[in-house]
Amino acid sequence: MSTETNPTPEAEAHAPEAYETVEPAPPVQPAAQGMPTVGDELEVDPLLPGAGVPLTATITSVPSEDVARYALMLGDDALITAQRLGELVAKGPELEEDIALTNIALDQLGAARMFLQYAGRGLDKTEDELAYFRDEAEFRSCALVEQPNGDFGQTIAKVLLTSLYQQLLYRGLLDSSDEFLAAVAAKSIKEVDYHVEHASMWTVRLGDGTEESHRRMQAGLEMMWPYVDELFNDSPCADLIDSGVAVSPASLREEFDARLAEILQTATLRVPEIPPARGQGRFGLHSPHLGYILAEMQVLARQHPGATW
Amino acid sequence: MMATETAAPMTEPAETAEAIVRSVRSVCDPEIPVLTIADLGILRSVEVEAAAEADETAEGKETGEGKETGGTAGLRAHVVITPTYSGCPAMETIRVDVQRAARAAGATEVDVELVFSPAWTTDWMSDEGKAKLDAYGIAPPTGKAAAGPIGLSMAVKCPLCHSLNTTELSRFGSTACKALYRCSDCLEPFDYFKVH
Repeated sequence: MSTETNPTPEAEAHAPEAYETVEPAPPVQPAAQGMPTVGDELEVDPLLPGAGVPLTATITSVPSEDVARYALMLGDDALITAQRLGELVAKGPELEEDIALTNIALDQLGAARMFLQYAGRGLDKTEDELAYFRDEAEFRSCALVEQPNGDFGQTIAKVLLTSLYQQLLYRGLLDSSDEFLAAVAAKSIKEVDYHVEHASMWTVRLGDGTEESHRRMQAGLEMMWPYVDELFNDSPCADLIDSGVAVSPASLREEFDARLAEILQTATLRVPEIPPARGQGRFGLHSPHLGYILAEMQVLARQHPGATW
Repeated sequence: MMATETAAPMTEPAETAEAIVRSVRSVCDPEIPVLTIADLGILRSVEVEAAAEADETAEGKETGEGKETGGTAGLRAHVVITPTYSGCPAMETIRVDVQRAARAAGATEVDVELVFSPAWTTDWMSDEGKAKLDAYGIAPPTGKAAAGPIGLSMAVKCPLCHSLNTTELSRFGSTACKALYRCSDCLEPFDYFKVH
């Protein structure tokens, strides 16, 4: 069938058998001003190289392997945060919160893509190869972001702790000697500031709300608390801290604790006193949760490698 | 005499180059089609220069019509764009629209570059853009992006009845760049383009 003909519905309905022999009819709808017709699009599309291929950032400097692995760590935290929050699409506790949590997920995905594209330049991989074709042991995300969403209190506790940490980390990265990482931090911090505000407001609302909301918010914090310690470990990036590329996570702990204490006090909640779990995510050792997250995230790309649409 | 010289339209590279820039600037944001990417500050630059070599796609075409422009070297458009929010899903569509617009105006090669730095801010939105948003029913950003940790939130004006008596319904909206508000006077809900 010719793609250039545009038969009227009547022509198709009344004389289907004669269709192939009729002269191409003039387009039924004369193009409204500036509006592309279907025919135009079919003609133009082959001229567009790269259509369907992800648009990636311009990266002028190739990072060393160490810097690439650091970018991978930052990107994996953001990627797994995004994937977890993405589970709440159409399942949020109310429409507004559904939109809010998935908007946060979208911002995190944006940050993840920038970090992974940069890591990819140093490791000679594409962002998709890094996201979809690495196994659990190759991921460098922390245990906190792998945790299930649980109830809304747990979800908000996780978003609060993650975004508060990212806020301080990205603020520090603004002064990184690595220009690209500093640029990603400058881009993302404005978004993370908004995530912190959102999670803080819910923490206060739930903590200082009803007896039940208070109980659940406190329980959510306590479930997430063992995984906080891992965030502030310098050892995965010690050399890069010395060279001014990475931010020392340990140096952020004091301010993190102070800010969190202020929010929790306003929310009439307690800072949990639970010993830390032994988090080894930065070294590729993960909880069983990550395997399930990756299975869902990677299945399509692995079934149809290289597919675009 | 002058008339005959100018009678050959659009063959002057400088004229075509101007047309390409105009055409790219007029590409609309796919999610807020009332604004162009220039209004939004997404478009960072457009440069048009003579293409290094003749356009492959034009040469490859075996139609006789293509011969007219086949003789000249052609024009290459270099377009730099930046996303509003880092995860903005419209960037790929914008790339395709930019390529289409530049080619329609006579570019034989188009390359679209994505940059993240300096980070986009609503401060780059043109006054004309803000007026268009308001007329379209989306409240424009209410002030400058604050450098401090938390910006002062200013009253958001209802784009329908212009009352300042409005309340935030949802901190996040239909796209990453918007929040949902409602006017307490005319009771209409409306989108607000957040200061960022």
